[in-house]
Amino acid sequence: MKYLPLIWAALGRRKPRTILTGLSIAVAFLLYGMLNAVNVAFNNGVEIAGVDRLVTTGRYSITQILPYGHEAQIRSLPGVEQVAASNWFGGYYQDQRNFFPQFAVEQEAYLSMYPEIVLPAEQKQAFFNTRTGVVVAKTLAERFHWKLGDKIPMQAGIWPLKDGGNVWTFDLVGIFDTANPKDRSQYEMMLIRYDYFDEARQFAKGTAGWYVSKIKNANEAGTLAKQIDALFANSPNETRTDTEKAFNQGFIKQLGDIGLIIRSILGAVFFTLLFLTGNTMMQSVRERIPELAVLKTLGYSDPLVLALVLGESLLLTLIAALVGLGLATILLPGMAAHLPGFSGLTITAQAAVAALGIATLLAIVVGLPPALRAMRLDIVTALSGH
Amino acid sequence: MSEAIVSLRGVSKSYVRGKQSVEVLQKLDLSISRGDFLALMGPSGSGKTTLLNLIGGLDHPSAGEVVVGGQRIDQLSSGALAQWRSHHVGFVFQFYNLLGVLSAEKNVELPLLLTPLSKAQRARHVATALEIVGLADRAKHKPSELSGGQAQRVAIARALVADPTLLVCDEPTGDLDRKTADEILGLLQTLNRQHGKTIVMVTHDPKAAEYATHQLHMDKGRLIEQSANA
Ligand SMILES: Nc1ncnc2c1ncn2[C@@H]1O[C@H](COP(=O)(O)OP(=O)(O)O)[C@@H](O)[C@H]1O
Ligand SMILES: [Mg+2]
Repeated sequence: MKYLPLIWAALGRRKPRTILTGLSIAVAFLLYGMLNAVNVAFNNGVEIAGVDRLVTTGRYSITQILPYGHEAQIRSLPGVEQVAASNWFGGYYQDQRNFFPQFAVEQEAYLSMYPEIVLPAEQKQAFFNTRTGVVVAKTLAERFHWKLGDKIPMQAGIWPLKDGGNVWTFDLVGIFDTANPKDRSQYEMMLIRYDYFDEARQFAKGTAGWYVSKIKNANEAGTLAKQIDALFANSPNETRTDTEKAFNQGFIKQLGDIGLIIRSILGAVFFTLLFLTGNTMMQSVRERIPELAVLKTLGYSDPLVLALVLGESLLLTLIAALVGLGLATILLPGMAAHLPGFSGLTITAQAAVAALGIATLLAIVVGLPPALRAMRLDIVTALSGH
Repeated sequence: MSEAIVSLRGVSKSYVRGKQSVEVLQKLDLSISRGDFLALMGPSGSGKTTLLNLIGGLDHPSAGEVVVGGQRIDQLSSGALAQWRSHHVGFVFQFYNLLGVLSAEKNVELPLLLTPLSKAQRARHVATALEIVGLADRAKHKPSELSGGQAQRVAIARALVADPTLLVCDEPTGDLDRKTADEILGLLQTLNRQHGKTIVMVTHDPKAAEYATHQLHMDKGRLIEQSANA
């Protein structure tokens, strides 16, 4: 591309302005990269959720507790293979900011339902044999420098101990990973034994937060969910059963429509950018009318002049977009370290391609008006100043 | 009389200003021979630049025929004209019109970017052109680092580099002091005499016109006399 030096030089004409414009584009793409990664992480949870797992919660709220007796009834349905009572522990380690999810689950049933959680056999056995035992995700163990055999004091957030104490001390007996490293952030959690939890807590004994059921045939999910809810219809503890996927979606919806929020933020950012960059490009062409007229005098055709101006816009936008995405790639791991459940934050190839697509579109939208103006420039008028 | 390289027949040009149409050139006939160095003189507003623009294929006449290098250019589309200019005409302006962000050699290279020449070939042509105008040692300088005379030499090198049929100069010394102007005019004369370049130069400076082989005077859009310099 022999015209590249010419395009490059034109961008260097007013360096501070070009750099400022480039920086604002870069920041927009940095934001795009980060928010997109967050969005992907959120949706990952929905994507990987098992289609053969159902989640049964209280009919009106996921915070409603259910009697433990529900479990046996659900299990009695022919299509159901396994049921695990689950509870939200809601504590924290050392500092409230060190947030990560902890679940009290029926360990054997739960682990058999989640083959994606990979735990060495002897650690699994230790978990089954130790009532105060917990297993944690590898990423968490790394973050808090925990090793097997450690005693982990957890501050109770919701559930005090029988004796009124607020510190639950668990034994770390297992460190698990996910079968697919991509799923790590979804399972960045601590699993506590339900039996111990239920016995040691001060109130709400004999209840569960929700039940996870593994069903024999994923095709029956809809029917089974209805059957489960029918079991408890008109009882004081009515239920609502969904596939895990639908449940996760619903859970995310409770946080607000992340996708919509992200799109709105980015929309506003890029809309502003449109004016900023558009103004810069227009100004830059306006200042160069005589120079552009000279190029035309030398025989540069109208389409070539159009291409040169568009090229400028493209070069600026693409470089800035790459800088922004590069920064996002560098900053994401640091950001993820402060956001539990997001250890896998990355810019996917798809997001990068989309970003470059957006950059190209931006370049064309802001570059076209000045490029057309440059193209239509009348040499004689421009040179004489008439 | 040798072969005519530029020939105008019945050329008129009018501009529309508001509701009025102003006839800037009136039924001009003109013939310039290959190897001529023509000085086009006349008061300001007499139509010199307009005429030069028609010869250089920057503009279309309202009427008449313009033939340059054997080709009628008055009816070419603006796209075809652009291509024609890149092959046949080199332009030199009063205010040099260099691109400020480009070094001297990059400015000189501009017309060559339109040719199929390789990078190495372009570099060779640029070096030769800068050599001819005596600025080989200023190749890397930006226009802002050059004096007026040097900048005009770069502009002349740029006009020359694609080896055009015709050099067209509009007041090339209008912005220069006497001494520098003489140097530039000497350079144009050399190009005409030693390199056989046909040059059409607009000037209102009689001293400048003395460097030319022919002089032509314009007034109110008409040619009034044609004289050959000794
Ligand atoms: N693009 C244009 N539009 C309108 N009038 C023009 C234009 N170009 C030149 N003129 C007019 O044509 C006349 C001749 O202009 P010009 O050829 O530039 O004269 P000169 O170069 O001899 O000073 C002037 O009156 C000028 O105002
Ligand atoms: Mg003039």
